Amino acid sequence: MPIQYYIVLAAALFCIGVVGVLIRRNAIIIFMSIELMLNSVNLMLVAFSKMHYALGNAANTGTPVNVGTDAQLFVFFIMVVAAAEVSVGLAIIVMMYRNIHSTDVNFLNRLKN
Amino acid sequence: MNAIIFSAGWGIIMMFCSFLVRNKSSFRHIAVVGLLVLLVVNILDSNGVAVFHIDSKNMLAYTRFGLLFNSIAIASTLIYVLLSGKDIARIGSYAAEYFILIFFVLCGVAILSSYNNLLMLFLGIEILSIPLYILTGSDKRNLKSNEASLKYFLMGSFSTALMVMGIALMYGGTGTFSLDVVRTETGLYKGVSFLEIIGLLFLMVSMCFKVSAAPFHFWTPDVYDGAPGVITSFMATIVKVAGFIAFLKLCYGRMTTTSTAIDWQLLFAVIIIATLLFGNITAIFQQSVKRMLAYSSIAQAGFMLFALFSLNDFASKGLLMYSAAYSLATIGLFAVLVKMKDVTFEGYNGLAKTQPVLAATNAIFLFSLAGIPLTAGFLAKYYMLASVVETGNYIWLVVVAVLFAAISTYYYFRVIQAMYFKTGEPQTENITGSFKFGLIALAAIIIIIGVLPQYLFNWLYF
Repeated sequence: MPIQYYIVLAAALFCIGVVGVLIRRNAIIIFMSIELMLNSVNLMLVAFSKMHYALGNAANTGTPVNVGTDAQLFVFFIMVVAAAEVSVGLAIIVMMYRNIHSTDVNFLNRLKN
Repeated sequence: MNAIIFSAGWGIIMMFCSFLVRNKSSFRHIAVVGLLVLLVVNILDSNGVAVFHIDSKNMLAYTRFGLLFNSIAIASTLIYVLLSGKDIARIGSYAAEYFILIFFVLCGVAILSSYNNLLMLFLGIEILSIPLYILTGSDKRNLKSNEASLKYFLMGSFSTALMVMGIALMYGGTGTFSLDVVRTETGLYKGVSFLEIIGLLFLMVSMCFKVSAAPFHFWTPDVYDGAPGVITSFMATIVKVAGFIAFLKLCYGRMTTTSTAIDWQLLFAVIIIATLLFGNITAIFQQSVKRMLAYSSIAQAGFMLFALFSLNDFASKGLLMYSAAYSLATIGLFAVLVKMKDVTFEGYNGLAKTQPVLAATNAIFLFSLAGIPLTAGFLAKYYMLASVVETGNYIWLVVVAVLFAAISTYYYFRVIQAMYFKTGEPQTENITGSFKFGLIALAAIIIIIGVLPQYLFNWLYF
């Protein structure tokens, strides 16, 4: 399949995530949207990795080169960091819930003035 | 490499201390010892003595500039812990954890000052940010602290998602994560690709979030106001300038080589003017000194952005100067602020009568932030503006910046006016002699850097 399909799919997922962050009012759903954005990036990185691998091997006909493998490593780093963020983020949301019994971000207006 | 491993290692050692050591006040001393060790190994590193020889495959590149910045960041943290260590330990019931998280933040700072690969940029930003989300919410019973923490977390992870998207697109365009891309006229990746420009724009937006440059600054006042005062001090100084160093490296690495395709200077000029405008104008109308300092940190970020605009020798020197001057002055101001019972301007009324040392040192810190000559802040602003003049483009930016600096003196001098020319009964917590001595030493450092800047810059070359 051509690379464009993957790019369009990843961009669509990313946009869904951005829209979700901007319009939803529940902290957990906002957080889910952010995870969706991170996962769309994973998809895009893997697609680019395969693209560069194919391009690199098409360019030189000698021994196969391993260009493009670093993006696949990057994906693992994103997964690990996302997991670390989830553990911290959910703890913060739980702390918030214990105090105000709600996860609605509309409650977050005490600091405005 | 020394600083990265020692800071992470000391954090883990302190984790064990947190359940082995019963005496709460000793954590502060362990942290001070750790920071001293960190400072020594980092200075050794800049003189070529590496404790660990680890081949990072060019993912981390150590320059004198990065190592000097790292020394400044560690030294500022040391001063910060010495001045406000007791207040840090008093935020909540987990005294050791706050210091541990500060060490992990320093690990992120060390990565950001030496990264040479976008993967390391991402990891550095995350190692820096995740402990800060926790520190912001460390006052667990306080609703304002909770709210600031949740807001910071949602904004921070959103901007991280934008950052990784940018990195992915840049990878698509160039096929490498390394900062120094070899661009050839022939071959596989020739010229500047469209994907890379889009990716760089994403990355730029995300970095603007992290350093709170307008129009992505809206989280800053709320978060700085809601977080416990001592933590705000750390976030507004060391963390923010670390973000600027990372941004500067990114600009040197990728933006200079793509300037044929897009006019970065114009973009930065727009961001600088917006940041100076929002920061300064809103700071005028604040009633609380803490919130005023939050807006002033946005305004100071506007000045630091000049380094990214001009990208020359003056700019990198000036950013070092700015990071030292701004961090030290703001740490001092916040150290006094957390001792005050009332953090509005009225709360400072008549401070010069009851606490003359606090008022005098506070005045010097405010002079430095406003950029009055003989203080470090003046030279920092001078270097920033000189760098713009040296590029030769957009000279009118200098005029705008000077005008805004003049506006900024209004809200800084309001604090001085309250301290010296108004009468009142300011309520402060118990001020010890060593705290006063620390403030005087800090004010002396600011004046020494302002008069003899070569002592700072000599580290760059020798």
